[in-house]
Amino acid sequence: MTTVAMKPPVPAAGRSPKKKSNPGGGIGRYLLIRFLLIFPTIFILVSMVFWLMRTTGDPITAALGGKLGPDQLAVLIHEAGYDRPIIIQYFEYLGQVFTGNFGTTISTNRPVSEVLFTYGSATAELVFYALIVAFIVGIPLGMVAAYWRDKAPDAFLRVFAILCYATPVFFAGLLLKLIFAVWLKVLPVAGRATVGSELEMQFLPDKTGIYFIDALKTGNPAVFGDVLLHAVLPALALGLLTAGVFLRLVRTNVIGTLGTEYVTAARSRGVNEFRLVSKHAYRPALIPIITVIGLQVALLLGGAVLTETTFEWKGLGFMLIEFIKARDFVAVQGIVALLAVIVALSNFIVDIIAALIDPRVRY
Amino acid sequence: MTIDTHAHKAPLWTRLPVVHQVRQSIGLQRGMLVVGLVITGIFILTAIFAPLLAPYGYSQLRGDNGTFGAQQAPGGEHLLGTTVGGYDVLSRVIWGSQTAITVMVIAVVLSIFAGVALGLVSGYFGGWLDRVLVVICDAVYAFPALLLAIVMGIVISGGRSGLWGGIFAAAISITVVFIPQYFRVIRAETVRIKAEAYVESARVLGASNGRIMFRHVLRNATRTLPLIFTLNASEAVLTLAGLGFIGFGIEPSSAAEWGYDLNKSLSDVTSGIWWTSLFPGLAIVLVVLGITLVGESLNDLADPRLRSRRAPGKTSVAPVTPAEVRSLAGPIDTSGNFSFQSTPRIRPDGLESIS
Repeated sequence: MTTVAMKPPVPAAGRSPKKKSNPGGGIGRYLLIRFLLIFPTIFILVSMVFWLMRTTGDPITAALGGKLGPDQLAVLIHEAGYDRPIIIQYFEYLGQVFTGNFGTTISTNRPVSEVLFTYGSATAELVFYALIVAFIVGIPLGMVAAYWRDKAPDAFLRVFAILCYATPVFFAGLLLKLIFAVWLKVLPVAGRATVGSELEMQFLPDKTGIYFIDALKTGNPAVFGDVLLHAVLPALALGLLTAGVFLRLVRTNVIGTLGTEYVTAARSRGVNEFRLVSKHAYRPALIPIITVIGLQVALLLGGAVLTETTFEWKGLGFMLIEFIKARDFVAVQGIVALLAVIVALSNFIVDIIAALIDPRVRY
Repeated sequence: MTIDTHAHKAPLWTRLPVVHQVRQSIGLQRGMLVVGLVITGIFILTAIFAPLLAPYGYSQLRGDNGTFGAQQAPGGEHLLGTTVGGYDVLSRVIWGSQTAITVMVIAVVLSIFAGVALGLVSGYFGGWLDRVLVVICDAVYAFPALLLAIVMGIVISGGRSGLWGGIFAAAISITVVFIPQYFRVIRAETVRIKAEAYVESARVLGASNGRIMFRHVLRNATRTLPLIFTLNASEAVLTLAGLGFIGFGIEPSSAAEWGYDLNKSLSDVTSGIWWTSLFPGLAIVLVVLGITLVGESLNDLADPRLRSRRAPGKTSVAPVTPAEVRSLAGPIDTSGNFSFQSTPRIRPDGLESIS
């Protein structure tokens, strides 16, 4: 859920002496605690996924159950070690995850870490585009809504924000596809690039998997344009979802800071209204926004699964669904575990940034 | 507290939860609340009267004139056309409301019970159990809800299943995602209330832990629940649709489910067939919009900073829920030492709490 949490602009005077007497402060200690908290988070999520998935039985029976006879299954299960006590398998799995080895997929027989690397870059690219859309749309509109609070623009923008939230990404994706790709025929229907462009990028000496960079490396403007055009609709679908969250967040927080005395003071000094909102009121409102971006990563990754399926964007989410269809639970487990690590790390990074900006956070 | 000051003034019906808020609101806020209530009302009525409203059954493939035919354009016998599987779109949309509301109610009720119980115990007793539960809930809370629901879906139904199997798989998947939210709120409230004088008095009088927890703490800790309830109800609909869309849906022969229909319409869109995706999608958007409008309005009305006021001097007494709701339910636990105790100290409106 979108949480509009707001840190109050606590008056600086009267607070500072109190903080000094606060024992155990200091940013180093704070960051250390946050850093150490990453490990239990990852540990809990990975363990949870492992035990939950194993309650359904061993992965080989799940994947190949109907296709092979019981004898062949038993051989495979024994070879993979799934007939050992589950607690031993659990500790072995934890050890593997710790060293970055997520096992081998059953359906395609590739190392999961290779799958993660190949498709992770596509997902990262999509999430990055979506964040850009969300920033460009959400933040200015949020300031507009806050400035004209309870007036027509605010009413309109609030309904827009709720609509952004209420529309499932895949439905937004389908609508965008229908309008821009099928009816207007101005943008491609699906995929990350046309076959021709993908071929051209295929033979790059050191390709990154991030098409934006690869296309630049080919030096061919047609390929680059093609890649960008393919990204527009998925980025919009996923970005608008987050834009609604940003809009509401910026609105609430700017409303809070607009009412403070220093804004009134700035206004009386003759600072123009645009600068008043975009600098004076917006800057302090930025802290809760940065904190919430950490949570948005989780929302974006969840949304990416749906967006990738809608647009056949071959990233982690798309592959996740493919592996689920193939009942390849080793791969599913690996992808989920990797996403858990990403979420935990991004939350940590956000905590660092928030602590550096706002001294109140770290006492 | 505030209820006492109201008691001798207002007649009973004006103090009922939603009625009170409608009366309290003005202008735009009242408009949003009323629109939300109307949409939610229509949704509930549609779900109840689906058998009467829907022209055909959700799994009906043939009428009096033989089979419906696949991908028929809207008009004639099929107001909104037929799907690629040959079902009537309008009927599936109407029946889908029943599935949505069932999953929503089961998910929210289950998560309230589990979350409240855990939060109460965790906050009241504290200690290592509390710390462990907080870390686990934080971990689950930080994780993408849909992924968790996918894992739960695999565990519960091993993929797709029949009516009740599918409904429970979806509902329980959603429950797991929601428990941490109720847990956090109730725990924070419990920690605050535990320090109140009346809890001390009860303990001095020899009340048992169970009695204090349920009679003194719980009753005062539930004030924030209705807000999270509405916010979660809309999220439940979205999660159900998301699960359906990626293939964890309920088979069309067992029930109608909007997400499933949208998944099946993916290929239709490319060939320009718009009615199979538009209408189930609009149904989702409307339901979520309606519930969210109600939730948003209630939240704003409960927050003195966001409530529009009539005129200076004429403001009514603030209702039970303070501004903390959002920040308690929210993710901001940046203190680093798993403590929610710090939350009530600085309230979002900048006031020191009066406890």
